[in-house]
Amino acid sequence: MNRIKQKLQEDKKLLSIYFTSGYPEIEDTVEIIKSLEENGVDFIEIGLPFSDPLADGPTIQESSTIALKSGMTSNKLFEQLKDIRSEVSIPLIIMGYFNPILQFGVEKFCAKCEEVGIDGLIIPDLPVDVYNEEYKSVFDKHGLKNIFLITPQTPEDRIRFIDEVSDGFIYMVSTASVTGSTKGFGEETKAYFKRISEMNLKNPQVVGFGISDEDTFNDATQYAKGAIIGSAFIKHLNKNGKNNIQDFIKSVRPV
Amino acid sequence: MTYQADEKGYYGEFGGAFIPEMLYPNVEELRRQYLDIMKENSFQKEFKALLKDYVGRPTPLYYAERFSKKYNTKVYLKREDLCHTGAHKVNNTIGQILMAKRLGKNRIIAETGAGQHGVATATVCALMGIECIVYMGEIDIERQAPNVARMKMLGAKVVPAKSGSKTLKDATNEAIRDWINNPVDTHYIIGSVVGPHPYPDMVARFQAVISEEIKTQLKEKENRENPDYVVACVGGGSNAAGAYFHYLDNPEVGIIAVEAAGKGIYTGESAATSALGKEGIIHGSKTLLMQTDDGQITEPYSISAGLDYPGVGPMHAHLFRSGRGEFISITDDAAMKAGLELAKLEGIIPAIESSHALAIFEDRKFKEDDVVVVNLSGRGDKDLNTYIDYFDL
Ligand SMILES: Cc1ncc(COP(=O)(O)O)c(C=O)c1O
Repeated sequence: MNRIKQKLQEDKKLLSIYFTSGYPEIEDTVEIIKSLEENGVDFIEIGLPFSDPLADGPTIQESSTIALKSGMTSNKLFEQLKDIRSEVSIPLIIMGYFNPILQFGVEKFCAKCEEVGIDGLIIPDLPVDVYNEEYKSVFDKHGLKNIFLITPQTPEDRIRFIDEVSDGFIYMVSTASVTGSTKGFGEETKAYFKRISEMNLKNPQVVGFGISDEDTFNDATQYAKGAIIGSAFIKHLNKNGKNNIQDFIKSVRPV
Repeated sequence: MTYQADEKGYYGEFGGAFIPEMLYPNVEELRRQYLDIMKENSFQKEFKALLKDYVGRPTPLYYAERFSKKYNTKVYLKREDLCHTGAHKVNNTIGQILMAKRLGKNRIIAETGAGQHGVATATVCALMGIECIVYMGEIDIERQAPNVARMKMLGAKVVPAKSGSKTLKDATNEAIRDWINNPVDTHYIIGSVVGPHPYPDMVARFQAVISEEIKTQLKEKENRENPDYVVACVGGGSNAAGAYFHYLDNPEVGIIAVEAAGKGIYTGESAATSALGKEGIIHGSKTLLMQTDDGQITEPYSISAGLDYPGVGPMHAHLFRSGRGEFISITDDAAMKAGLELAKLEGIIPAIESSHALAIFEDRKFKEDDVVVVNLSGRGDKDLNTYIDYFDL
């Protein structure tokens, strides 16, 4: 069974961490992944850096710019990950924009993902309709789950459509914003979390954007299956390098 | 076979809407309504009245006698340089501000490179009393101080784009991020035939007034609606889209697109997208764009800020790929020379963007009785400093 599906069946709230591969140092990717697993993170989103990340705020943009300057590429990432499955067993998802994947070749990219043991992809600018018509069969062939986003503005019929096409979890964007830009969740956001949970979707939901600490993690997972932290972790890396990852994880989910 | 967009916004294999889900409601709202709104009588009436009384349309179609003589063919200039604010850009911003009003939006955002589209947007926002925020690369803000001042006089807020390379593509990214953060009350006025569907088609339709007028005017002057060629410069491609629009599906009319070669196509300092670009996704559209092998978007270069964009609109990618359009690239030097030449021969100082279109006559020869319409997209006032520095005036 796909590692993502298996993880989602565990009886606990899931904590996922996003980080940009090749950041802070180009060769940090594997060590960060290992350290996240050791510290109890449930699954990881490995960011594939892009020059023009439209859905991201300044923190993730900046980390992408630095990673690209250090020479990060798709090829480099696959090289770094080539033995990852001999050491790491939690689900690994690559999050990247569509253009680098298109240039690599979608089929070839999917084949590489399967080869190194990637379980799924999140491609914010690949719309669900295009995926469904043109790429779903390739993803399926390589056992990859494609994860789609919904937002507070997504109409109900579209959420149902996304739920139908999805086979893993639905990525619930917490508020109408790019990454890294909110401070705590207001009543309106909590009402949205509740509204979605009451839709009885077949895919569990995992909340992302604006989660930075224990409070926001708890708010997000009151109704949802899990939550993803990105910018706050990048800021931690920026300040501390790849040391003290343990402190960060403990501050979000004390054991 | 048509060279217009299909209902999903594809021109052949190019176009579409590759947008993050956060933008879906906004873009979908526009997609569902833009054609119906544009068809409304009240919309057409208001649009046409403003183009006439505020922009100063129709712009003349001028037979450039001395220029024609020099190149031994018949050259007409479509005088978009005489539009209010100095370029064709305002045709689109008038259309889009009326669209925004009908969609109930009360906040306008825009991106700008050289500042022409920013000024045209700030102008229509002042006209309608609507809040206006213009994103502009930090580097461009320094390079284009007079246009920054114009936008401020017009009441717009100019926000520096500090990410990435701090130029037009980054200003566009920032505008898109703003739209993600403000999904309900805001309309994004894109400045060219780029971005996700329906933008390329909508902007082309607003600019189509250019070729609509050419048809009538040429009929009066030459007793024929169709020139042998229409020539336009292509940055994102809006003035070109407007000049070609009513001729796209008429194979009798040759379409010539002129891109900026910068310091030379293969110098690494160029914006000749058709020559250097590969298929990919930029700002929500599948089109030709300049990028690395790894799919990172690269920074273009041209002496003309308006042509300094790493992609072209999907219509133009299709015109190129299908062979319907003839694509020529012109270096900084050739463009500057052509600009000076038009000033001397015709008493018209063109925008450097438009100078690129004029520069093709040096090498691209036409028959003596060919009728060639060049879209003179803008005037050179904004470029005076560049002309001064270049020619040591
Ligand atoms: C005078 C003029 N011409 C041409 C352009 C290029 O834009 P487009 O290719 O969309 O017409 C610009 C853009 O700023 C401009 O100001």
